[in-house]
Amino acid sequence: MKGHKIKKYIRKDRVIPGFDLTMGISLLMLSFIILLPLVSVLVFSFKLTPTEFFRLVTKENILNAFRTSILCSVIASFINCFFGMILAWVLVRYDFFGKRLLDGLIELPFALPTAVAGITLSKLYSDTGMLGKPLTILGLKVSYTKLGLTIALIFIGIPFVVRAIQPVLENLDSQYEEAAYILGASKAKTFFKVILPELRPALLTGFGLAFARGIGEYGSVIYISGNSAKEQTQVVSYIIMQKLNYVDYASATAIALVMLIISFFILLFINILQICQSRRTNHV
Amino acid sequence: MIFGMSFVLISCGKNFNQDATDKVTITNVSYDPTREFYVAYNELFEKYYLDTSGYEVEVVQSHGGSGSQARSVIEGAGADVVTLALAHDITLIENARLVQSGWNNEFESNSSPYTSTIVFLVRKGNEKGIQDWDDLTKEGVSIITPDPKSSGGACWNFLAGWYYAGQQFNDNEQQMKDFMSKLYSNVTVMDSGARGATTTFVENGQGDVLIAWENEAIMTVEEYPDQYEIISPSISILAEPSVAIVDENADKNKTQAAAKAYLEYLYSYDAQKMIGEYGYRPSNHTVLQEFSNKFDLNIKLCTVDDLGGWDHVYEKFFIDGGIFDEIYGN
Repeated sequence: MKGHKIKKYIRKDRVIPGFDLTMGISLLMLSFIILLPLVSVLVFSFKLTPTEFFRLVTKENILNAFRTSILCSVIASFINCFFGMILAWVLVRYDFFGKRLLDGLIELPFALPTAVAGITLSKLYSDTGMLGKPLTILGLKVSYTKLGLTIALIFIGIPFVVRAIQPVLENLDSQYEEAAYILGASKAKTFFKVILPELRPALLTGFGLAFARGIGEYGSVIYISGNSAKEQTQVVSYIIMQKLNYVDYASATAIALVMLIISFFILLFINILQICQSRRTNHV
Repeated sequence: MIFGMSFVLISCGKNFNQDATDKVTITNVSYDPTREFYVAYNELFEKYYLDTSGYEVEVVQSHGGSGSQARSVIEGAGADVVTLALAHDITLIENARLVQSGWNNEFESNSSPYTSTIVFLVRKGNEKGIQDWDDLTKEGVSIITPDPKSSGGACWNFLAGWYYAGQQFNDNEQQMKDFMSKLYSNVTVMDSGARGATTTFVENGQGDVLIAWENEAIMTVEEYPDQYEIISPSISILAEPSVAIVDENADKNKTQAAAKAYLEYLYSYDAQKMIGEYGYRPSNHTVLQEFSNKFDLNIKLCTVDDLGGWDHVYEKFFIDGGIFDEIYGN
């Protein structure tokens, strides 16, 4: 009886045809494009013995790199969430001259080769650069510090947040706001109690995407961070490149593996938050 | 759609093969700063080869960090010849059995048609009065040099300084470490590669002195004669970029003869002269003397063999927990 049920569950007749074909293609693509490379990372890193592995990933400079990568990506993603929301709001709610152009500009960080972005940012923010010069007078050193690193991550992460929020904001029924207004809610209350909860899942998605991108970023970061082990401005992807340059695949993949695991859990956590969130909104 | 795409791909492949029978194509996998030189040299060689053998030859070049270029050849980039920054990078390819052993005696001067060394590039006027390595350890001097742990080329900068310290302190290792520690604590920006460091120094205006390859320094001064000058330290290191035929690929592509001619011709008078013009030291002594006003021939040059050979140096200085980590406080 039970077995029959399970069988029925697996071989359910579907209303929409083409399940076998599309699922097959999905699995094939996933295996070749994502799973296979990930498994080879695992296989390569197993060339180290567990003690070697442990000793490697707990080295001071590598731990520092993990700290720097995660900290800067998290800060950059938070800042992106804040400004991304404002940007999306402006693009969705108002009509103004050049709106389309501004909308198109958002995607530029995607299209620009990251190394170009990195070199440009480091020049702009170095203490002889256009933005760096006035900031130096204020006592702020941006290029070759963690601050510069975070700015590079903000640059590459902003499109993720804006593009995640935009469609949700577009589809947000204005009746909710009207109802809140009629019921006498203040503007701030309307925003925090009505609009923000609706945006929260999209914000979390944007945060997750920007964070994931930031943590693996290489090109734009290495030119502006200064890569100093002493000032702890080395990121994980830089350490991995160091290992690769000496053809040390095992260490490089071992560090990558730890990074993957950390990222996976952080993203999983974000996903769980999101699920809780949508459950709560659906129950109300 | 997929069929259409594969058809296009197949027909491209066919065209490519047909070309190869009419015309020899060789691929030269090289490292970053040689780009301009090989553009000029390839033209010279293509003409020479057509005149002497009657075959048309086309040289495809590829450039990048020397270590990663070696890696790409090992991983299957179809290079016919490699012209890399370090003999060690070619040894890595040899270990993957793509280059036959004994490659370093296949051509003259240990298969190094040109050499280079490490010099200091300072801003015009040399405000901090930098003359030699010990001036770099002075307080208030800001140095730009790439990270030896991520760039093979940057190891030379470290080794040159280390050799100077050895001479200065009669090989007392503790004093040498202190000296290098002081020197590296003056490094304000550590880029991942030589080109990045040049950009930081020249474009972003960071630092008082760039520890640089002589050819890069010469190029910068030629480009901005009013802004920079080259300072030659009393002691430096002789870098011997090496060349080799990737036998495995050359045999497969039937380009062995052209590849050999390509590397041999680097030692010809015309090519040696061109090498000098592009800021590398020609291996031919007579040609080198012609450039005595361009290169400071009085620098005392040590080689990596004086320090025990590349493998030894790598183990001693640059692995995790090596001397570099120790002095840099990693």
